[in-house]
Amino acid sequence: MSGTTTNGTTGPEPLEFDAVVVGAGPAGASAALALARAGRRVVLVERGPFPGAKNVYGGVVYGRVLDDIVPGWWDEVPVERWIVRRSTMMMTGTQSLSVDFRTDAWGSAPYNGMTTLRCHFDAWLAGKATDAGARLLTSTVATGLVRDGDGRVVGVRTDRDGAELHAPVVIACDGVNSFLAKEAGLLARAEASHHTLGVKEVLDLPPGAINERFAVQDHEGVDVEILGCTREIPGGGFLYTNADSVSIGVVVSLPELAASGVRPEALIADLKAHPSIAPLLRGASLREYAAHLIPEGGYDTMPALAADGLLIAGDAGAMTLAAGLWLEGVNFAIGSGYAAGRATDRALSRGDCSAAGLASYRADLEAQFVLADHKRLRKAPSLVLSERVQQHYPGLLCDLAEGMFTVTNPTPKPGGLKLTRTVAARHGVKLRQLAGDTLRGLRIFG
Amino acid sequence: MSTTAPGAGRWDGISFEERMATVDFRVGARAHITVDTDVCRSCTTKACVTACPADLFAPTADGGILFNYEECFECGTCYMVCNSEGALTWTYPDGGHGVVFHHG
Repeated sequence: MSGTTTNGTTGPEPLEFDAVVVGAGPAGASAALALARAGRRVVLVERGPFPGAKNVYGGVVYGRVLDDIVPGWWDEVPVERWIVRRSTMMMTGTQSLSVDFRTDAWGSAPYNGMTTLRCHFDAWLAGKATDAGARLLTSTVATGLVRDGDGRVVGVRTDRDGAELHAPVVIACDGVNSFLAKEAGLLARAEASHHTLGVKEVLDLPPGAINERFAVQDHEGVDVEILGCTREIPGGGFLYTNADSVSIGVVVSLPELAASGVRPEALIADLKAHPSIAPLLRGASLREYAAHLIPEGGYDTMPALAADGLLIAGDAGAMTLAAGLWLEGVNFAIGSGYAAGRATDRALSRGDCSAAGLASYRADLEAQFVLADHKRLRKAPSLVLSERVQQHYPGLLCDLAEGMFTVTNPTPKPGGLKLTRTVAARHGVKLRQLAGDTLRGLRIFG
Repeated sequence: MSTTAPGAGRWDGISFEERMATVDFRVGARAHITVDTDVCRSCTTKACVTACPADLFAPTADGGILFNYEECFECGTCYMVCNSEGALTWTYPDGGHGVVFHHG
């Protein structure tokens, strides 16, 4: 297209496709893959110089969603380490309490989760789409929607000499800021309360040091989720092992970060200096600093996913699952993108690409994990980000553990209930509230 | 592990400039962020100043906002936290330009 000769007045002729997919992240690549496999002419538009160039996550990819899409994916995926240890850590400035789980089952095929870097993973998945016949257009921004006289979406404008890409369906996989979904009126222009900011440092650390410090073998990795490390700002932290680096960062409520006056990189520095974390990172040097927004509002804040000639998938559709115990996004992007591609193929076959004609997309998502998980865990974000969970429980639980395990001879050990009552009172929590939140958690997660 | 050293944008032993120097920015000719500093003068929170992870916004003595777009993560934090309609316009940089993450 860059070589197209323009006549200077009307711009280049629009290029015609069966579908235009915007964004070559996991959602877009999966949508393009589904369409290309169905024999559709599909173009995948990516604003970065290569797929993944604009993308940041924690992160861990959970691969089960790939089983049907790329059978035997684990033999070829660009993996850093296979997660065999999953640790949930609650901390105060001087304490930490971890629930640490390890299993051999996650260390061999078909695996469970893996660390991978997005420029590798996203490019791999987009390569599947181009291998199947999709056309990938990098370094190209989809600057707006093209509509017909009836207001139906029939393509996108691009910043390549103003060229337009036309198709009966556009699938917007353009990420958390999705300007296409906003232009279509599906997504609010700016809703800070539905978003968190993730900031991440990737630190160089030799593989041998990672193996020793995290108690793993080559190719095995660890996933640590942390609560109580973001001062007064609702959020959490994470630490993941890559092949020869570690990813450490925090995810914090956007409006509360803005109100706090705390710099985001200062929160990472706090975490890195914590006595339970610092020894793991000794001597590690910064390889890359990164930041990205996350749509964390959950099911109740999700936009409508279809309009006439338009579907949205992945982060554009707020499909990140940030439910405390579970932090997933790439799998939801893949699942929703592939479903969007298949729904588009069905709509094209029937010759009805209206919102009604595309409605099988949402039905498909409701029937599988993508929306079923979100619906089931719809109340989780508000519980995880609530004041007691954020500000009181990490310290309460750490003090409870310290009280349990500190030997007080010659004073006899305190009873569990008395200790709990004393510690809860110290943290301004009533037993009634503790019991209520436990029940609430069981109802949400149980 | 060096100790945290608050102040002067220095955390964890590295300066903010050193931190940002680890990121690959392919700066485009067009500024993808514009700020109407007249609107900013009436803003009491200036949330963009503290929340922007790339620290691109700085308050000026006359109550306005100075910014640069070159080392932007394109995250969207600034326009999301901005409470003054019209103060900040934000688009993606032109295709192929802007931040390129190699370890995202």
